[in-house]
Amino acid sequence: MGSFSLLAAYKQEFIDGFLTTLSASLLALVLSLAIGTIIACCRLSQVKPLEWIGTVYVEFFRNTPLVIQVFFFAMGLPSLGWNISEFSAGAIGLSIYTGAFIAEAFRAGIQSVSKGQMEASRSSGMTYFQSMRYIILPQAFKIVIPPLGNQCVNLVKNSSVLAIIAGGDLLYAADAVSSQTFEINMTYIFVALLYLVITLPLSFGVNLLERRLARHS
Amino acid sequence: MSKKWLSILLVIMLAFTLTACGDNEAAKNSSLDAVKKRGKLVAGVRYDVNLFGFKDPSDGKVKGFEIDMMKELAKRLLGSEKKLELKEVTSKTRIPLLENGDVDIVASTMTITEERKQQLNFSHVYFMAGQSLLVKKSSNIKGIKDLRGKVVMTAKGATSGLVLKKLDPSIKLKEYENYADSFTALKSGKGDAVTTDDSILMGMQSQAPKEFKIVGGYFTQEPYGLGLAKGNKEMTTYVNKFLKDIKKDGTYKKLYIKWFKKSPPKDIPEEAVQKVLKK
Repeated sequence: MGSFSLLAAYKQEFIDGFLTTLSASLLALVLSLAIGTIIACCRLSQVKPLEWIGTVYVEFFRNTPLVIQVFFFAMGLPSLGWNISEFSAGAIGLSIYTGAFIAEAFRAGIQSVSKGQMEASRSSGMTYFQSMRYIILPQAFKIVIPPLGNQCVNLVKNSSVLAIIAGGDLLYAADAVSSQTFEINMTYIFVALLYLVITLPLSFGVNLLERRLARHS
Repeated sequence: MSKKWLSILLVIMLAFTLTACGDNEAAKNSSLDAVKKRGKLVAGVRYDVNLFGFKDPSDGKVKGFEIDMMKELAKRLLGSEKKLELKEVTSKTRIPLLENGDVDIVASTMTITEERKQQLNFSHVYFMAGQSLLVKKSSNIKGIKDLRGKVVMTAKGATSGLVLKKLDPSIKLKEYENYADSFTALKSGKGDAVTTDDSILMGMQSQAPKEFKIVGGYFTQEPYGLGLAKGNKEMTTYVNKFLKDIKKDGTYKKLYIKWFKKSPPKDIPEEAVQKVLKK
């Protein structure tokens, strides 16, 4: 176990990697929530072309590997003349990919609120948006929390794709350190623990939120 | 509650550490007797380095100087080159695979360094390369001096990046999974140069000679050795004798000319380690 001390020499690499993973995940989380909301609205829309756009988006990005998407943003776009940094390529790829899953979670949540609720609120004089805002969405929100939590945790772990495009994240740092120290097991175990530092509080937070909301209903 | 978590964590860690203590196991698994008994030689080779070990997309076969050398080794050791099993390795995976005993020998453009010597056994030198730079034809980089603050790309687990960093700390490094990816990154303008051994760069440049050039001369001496598990003495002795034999009977020269279109240099020393040449 003494070999953990070997890793101390690479403190800066791990700190940089940790911060990159954290910031890429946070940025992608915000973006993917926005994308997810928009796409879910498209999918539920009565306007046919919008519904198609939503469906195509979800089915395309949900059913192709994240690695390929991120590789395209990192290597493909620049060769077409649009040069973006590794960090942006990773964050955009993660957002677009996770956005597809979040859109599906939102859609399922909204659709799981029974139709009668919408009909009742509309007949009691509310507009469509008022019914959504005050009746449907608060109920849908509760249903959506657990799958949303899953997506957040997955997002953090998936951010490790940055390593293959030299994005400087935690896994990238681990690759570099392990090839210099030859301490393969120690390095990757240590980095796995650092991922837990981000994902465990996230999991607990989601659970807590879920219980709070359950108590209020 | 927290005690329970801690103990679970410790057990997991312990399990990981135990698997790490397989040094002697690997040497035993890959000993000369074990390989003969098995009737199969498992060689870790590259699939992404043109001229040394490269998977030809047109027919799916792995070809190259190192592949031919491993075939020759299997032929002399086990009687037939069909008894050779190839396994793809990268700079990142080759040492762990050797340590675990997943491969008996590694022939993967691996430079002999003092650090690596602590981890594995090296054969005598079978190729002498030198680190250099690959840039776009239009680039005005002529050597290390022009790399100040520039982005240089290489593969994970390779020594090339560290050497450059030592020569000029202002250089920014980007390390990709393999050389093919670093070359793709250069093509798409993710950096200014790719650095690694000239022998590997030559393979890349030959794919698009009109677009890329090799510059900067040698700034290191990179002796390649075959890698064997630490403590695997018999096999190391056998492989060294094999290298001597193929040099003596002309097989080495034949293979060298086949792949590099020139005769092997006469002054390749038996023992050597990586050296940084001052520039």
